[in-house]
Amino acid sequence: MADLSSDFIGIKSPNPFWLASAPPTDKEYNVRRAFDAGWGGVVWKTLGLDPHIVNVNGPRYGVVYGPDRKVIGINNIELITDRPLDVNLEEIKRVKRDYPDRAMVVSLMVPCEEVCWTEILAKVEDTGADGVELNFGCPHGMSERGMGASVGQVPEYIQMVTEWCKAATKMPVIVKLTPNISDIRYPARAAMAGGADAVSLINTVSSITSVNLDLMAPEPTIDGKGSHGGYCGPAVKPIALNMIAEIGRDPETANLPLSGIGGITTWRDAAEFIALGAGNVQVCTAAMVYGFKIVEEMKVGLSDWMDEKGYSSISDFKGLAVPNVTDWQYLNLNYVTKARIDQDACIKCGRCYAACEDTSHQAISMSAERTFEVIDEECVACNLCVNVCPVENCITMEKLSPGAVDLRTGETVVPDHGDWTTHPNNPTAVAAE
Amino acid sequence: MSGVRQNGIAAGRISPAALSENFSDAYPPFSAHEALVAADRCYFCYDAPCITACPTEIDIPLFIRQIQAGNPEGAAKTILKQNILGGMCARVCPTETLCEEACVREAAEGQPVDIGALQRFATDTVMDKGDHPFTRAEPTGKIVAVIGAGPAGLACAHRLAMHGHNVVVVDARKKPGGLNEYGIASYKTVNDFAQAEVEWLLKIGGIRIETGSELGKDYTLGEIREDYDAVFLGMGLSGVNDLGLEGADERVDDAVDFIATLRQTKDLAALPIGRRVVVIGGGMTAVDAAVQSKLLGAEDVTIVYRRGQERMSASEVEQDHATTSGVRIKCHAMPRRAVAGGVEFEYTEDGPDGLRGTGETFVLEADQVFRAIGQTYEGWHGKSVLELERGKIRVDLEGRTSLSGVWAGGDCAFGGEDLTVTAVAEGRDAAESINRALMG
Repeated sequence: MADLSSDFIGIKSPNPFWLASAPPTDKEYNVRRAFDAGWGGVVWKTLGLDPHIVNVNGPRYGVVYGPDRKVIGINNIELITDRPLDVNLEEIKRVKRDYPDRAMVVSLMVPCEEVCWTEILAKVEDTGADGVELNFGCPHGMSERGMGASVGQVPEYIQMVTEWCKAATKMPVIVKLTPNISDIRYPARAAMAGGADAVSLINTVSSITSVNLDLMAPEPTIDGKGSHGGYCGPAVKPIALNMIAEIGRDPETANLPLSGIGGITTWRDAAEFIALGAGNVQVCTAAMVYGFKIVEEMKVGLSDWMDEKGYSSISDFKGLAVPNVTDWQYLNLNYVTKARIDQDACIKCGRCYAACEDTSHQAISMSAERTFEVIDEECVACNLCVNVCPVENCITMEKLSPGAVDLRTGETVVPDHGDWTTHPNNPTAVAAE
Repeated sequence: MSGVRQNGIAAGRISPAALSENFSDAYPPFSAHEALVAADRCYFCYDAPCITACPTEIDIPLFIRQIQAGNPEGAAKTILKQNILGGMCARVCPTETLCEEACVREAAEGQPVDIGALQRFATDTVMDKGDHPFTRAEPTGKIVAVIGAGPAGLACAHRLAMHGHNVVVVDARKKPGGLNEYGIASYKTVNDFAQAEVEWLLKIGGIRIETGSELGKDYTLGEIREDYDAVFLGMGLSGVNDLGLEGADERVDDAVDFIATLRQTKDLAALPIGRRVVVIGGGMTAVDAAVQSKLLGAEDVTIVYRRGQERMSASEVEQDHATTSGVRIKCHAMPRRAVAGGVEFEYTEDGPDGLRGTGETFVLEADQVFRAIGQTYEGWHGKSVLELERGKIRVDLEGRTSLSGVWAGGDCAFGGEDLTVTAVAEGRDAAESINRALMG
């Protein structure tokens, strides 16, 4: 059976599933329940300086629903912990003592003054915690006060604060990044330059989930007003995967350990983040929607899949997908596919036809008897028909073998790789040697 | 002694509470959340097969999408502009042989989108609010007579009123609604829905209803042709096919009369029913009569059909509803004669010349026998003034009869299935034809 144990920058945990710094890790009671349920570690809800902050007393969450009220994304305007620092520190100490095999990382957010960081780090170290995570990610509330994402959006600040922290503590330092920037590589490089042991990402995405059309106000609405919040859950997973991959394939940060966060709901999500280079994963929304028990599915699912694939440990498949993430210009233009419709599987809904006829390349024909067929002369292999077909594997993309003629272009498919860098239409093309 | 096991025909076999439960909504309506979940299953097919399968060609994917998008009122308008009796059709249409049979999810997984229930959700939303989403065109000064206030007549009248014509609807019965009021099982149309729907439909304005007046008895076709700019005939089928049963006696009742009586009965505990009931026929009328006999407290109810079960015109869903209600369906048997305490049947088989008796017989005990083997058109003059086709009024594709200025539709006209939804389509389309003729 696969070994799920995790060693992330020296922090050991029985499995790679940590709860992210968020409401589920706000206090001792929740964290004990999480550990009892089998979570490998937690990042304790962000601590700040006393006097502790306050939260709104109206709704702090808003959601986007899929079918059957399935939660696709949550937006929150909750701030960091709203309990005294000492209370949190005592609880952290007690829980770590009782669960020595679990990872206990503490999230921190204090003003950009070195003394603030130095003092709080010393206090956290006293708890026996395994590490700290610098919260440079939250896009709402605290960012208005010069903390959270407002630090994460300035690489120089990231580096500066990281340096302070590395100088002040022996604990491993993880820097949590905000996705609310234009190029994630710059903050990651800055964290690395500051000496960070790892970066974790993504934090939440600035968002308004919906507008109440009666109140003419964003949701969640507090006395007729709303404020942007941070968006998380399955909806943000594609954004997170890309940012993880960008850092993983950047030569400057290729060896920087990554903790993957963003919509992880099942073992498969976790495996995808790890395949793109994450050393472990952090979960929040799925636990908030379904409770702590979901980790059972995650552990068993990942283990079963690893057994099936012959991976004995997490490191066996960590980062295996990174080399296959490339720039568009290197994609093989000689790889030619055509859509193929399995007539036996087709239920004749016509969605492929509507999509192709209205919004793509008019490459699907429809007969009076509702038989849908691909017109190879028009098919550019865009994949939209595959995507909109409600029947899995009814429409597939079939690769044309070298020597076959692409009826759309009239050209014979060649076996060699050929991409934009050498394409004759590219004014900067490099002639093939 | 009263109760289920009392012989003969008796009222009050089961408690009023049980009766009330039995005759409540057989298929309760969707809640708003259930409707959303059901609506989300629709694939919004291109040129959707369900639309083609609907006799009134409702844009089903569009109205379901409107429900998904939180606009059930808009969904209702999409339905009602094609089928003004969309509320009743949502309740009584055999969707399993129409839109839902054509649904691609039926093909994919044997579980179609619940189109009928979604239609009910949308139309109920609008009708519960009392909104009538249509308005009349400028008055034309024309006046049209519609004979029969059933689905065909009402649909015709409403469409004519929308076009600005004035309409007088005349019906022989006490109440408007036709088979919606008199011919459909109670548990499909609870809370006096048929009358509520007529009242709602009349909100368009320009329609006057006269009840208790019968064509051929109280007035003639010639008279109304002179008095009105056009005439639409939609009076349904008033005759009932005979069994030709040897020794038939007063114990053989018409299923349609039974259903009508039941619908008009305020106190079901006062309605007598046999301990052992036999219903002869294979259509929806047979099922409605049999199931309601059972719900009234009959101990044994048997539908006897002369051919194989697959030939029954009642849909599979209807058949299942009957059998799960405790009705037995016996096929390949035809009635021979009434005998003491029951009916003698002869087994049948399909031969080269059609159905024939095998000579082998059996007797079903019966306190009450209903015949439900179809209805017939009866001309009101003894000899019809209209050309007929296989016993019904001959019409062209627009619903025009052999007499100028006279249109017909619904069950009394030849063509189409005898369904509420078909009648609505024919009434609506005849109204368009009449409008073209009057305004042309």
